[in-house]
Amino acid sequence: MNADFDRKMNQKNKVYESVDAAVADVPSGATIMFGGFGGAGFPNNLIQGLARSGVNSLGVISNNCGTGDGELGILFKNHQITRVVAAFPGPGATHFQEQFSAGKIELELIPQGILCERLRAEGAGIPAFFSPVGVGTDVAKGKEERVIRGQRCILEQALGADYAFIKAYRADRMGNLVYRKAARNFNPLMAVAGKITIVEVDEVVETGTLDPESIVTPSIFVDRIVVARGLRYV
Amino acid sequence: MSKPRLRREQIAERAALELPDGAYVNLGWGIPNLIAAYVPNDITIYFHSENGILGMGPRAKAGEEDFDLVDAMKVPVTLIPGAAFFTQDVAHMMTRGGHLDICILGGLQVSEKGDLANWRVPGMKGAGGIGGAMDIAVGARRLIVTMEHTAKDGIRKIVKECTYPLTALECVDTIITDLAVIDVTPTGLKLREVAPGFSPEEVQAQTEPKLHYEGAVPAMPIAAR
Repeated sequence: MNADFDRKMNQKNKVYESVDAAVADVPSGATIMFGGFGGAGFPNNLIQGLARSGVNSLGVISNNCGTGDGELGILFKNHQITRVVAAFPGPGATHFQEQFSAGKIELELIPQGILCERLRAEGAGIPAFFSPVGVGTDVAKGKEERVIRGQRCILEQALGADYAFIKAYRADRMGNLVYRKAARNFNPLMAVAGKITIVEVDEVVETGTLDPESIVTPSIFVDRIVVARGLRYV
Repeated sequence: MSKPRLRREQIAERAALELPDGAYVNLGWGIPNLIAAYVPNDITIYFHSENGILGMGPRAKAGEEDFDLVDAMKVPVTLIPGAAFFTQDVAHMMTRGGHLDICILGGLQVSEKGDLANWRVPGMKGAGGIGGAMDIAVGARRLIVTMEHTAKDGIRKIVKECTYPLTALECVDTIITDLAVIDVTPTGLKLREVAPGFSPEEVQAQTEPKLHYEGAVPAMPIAAR
């Protein structure tokens, strides 16, 4: 049976009963991207679900690497993560920093805007692109360089993952999403770059009740929805 | 040389004078983050926060915080009229695409040619973090670096060639420190102002590359405090 066909057949029932059910099939070794920035827009309930499921050897893509035990911190504390792509792990990411310093975590540090463009490229079907960011710096190491329109540029690859875990404010039952204030940040970009996108929301409304003009992430990018209040800010 | 240099707040006060009314501006971590407090009341600056806000206002009052409305440093903030929210890629279209009028970053080293190193001290503990600095430095229409003129151990930070990990090449336009305002020009570093009480020769002694200046160099206008 074709997996894509299966997914399509399930589109009418994207709403999951619980966080644990929404993350139940995530296997050890999976790559997962996580939205969130500045304490806002983290899928904290989905992260806690992964902590409970106990999967390990995860590869994660995230702007930062948690604050103490909060956000992604709990997964580092539980030694569930072995590979990281991040722009700013953060001085408050104590569990990450300790394991990184001990050589237990493989890190690819990349510029924040390039992280965005690599996600966008993945979602847009563009395998790679040239950019001037990072030319002459550590991030250019091993990358093809070319002069384009008189400017030195390096080749950046699209970046996807098995799963995208995101946070939105409100979803309709089809998975159209609206966000709240600065909690939007990376979430819409990760929604397009994950093979399976799982969103936690404050509430689910009936399809057709969201203003089509205000929808930021169209339903086509969303596979699973779970209502998860609480643990909004860590 | 034990004369008092400018305090960090005074560097910020001087840097605020570089912002014209109506400008779209991004402020980085460290001293740049102090600058908003010194913008004169009669002008409006549209501050860009790289987590997806344009038109960010002052910090939210106690009891009025909304933790979905924060800056890149998790500080609850407010909005000014005309503000907008957007996705992270749009936030960096604004930085990398050259749409912001002025960006101000902190610095660890700046070279004679305007190369900037500002994200990692060699040998430091932990992973370091690039954040948005490389996108901002490459795309800024005008990039100002605010920093102390020398490191705590007296080591010069304005150098012929950067030895710390680079943020971007030939990106800095102006350096504002606790000793001077210096412009990076195609013919070298031009000393525009000196801190009150300091001579150009004293500033040169704390600067590795040659500083160019003619005649009397004016003092940085800092409110007497």
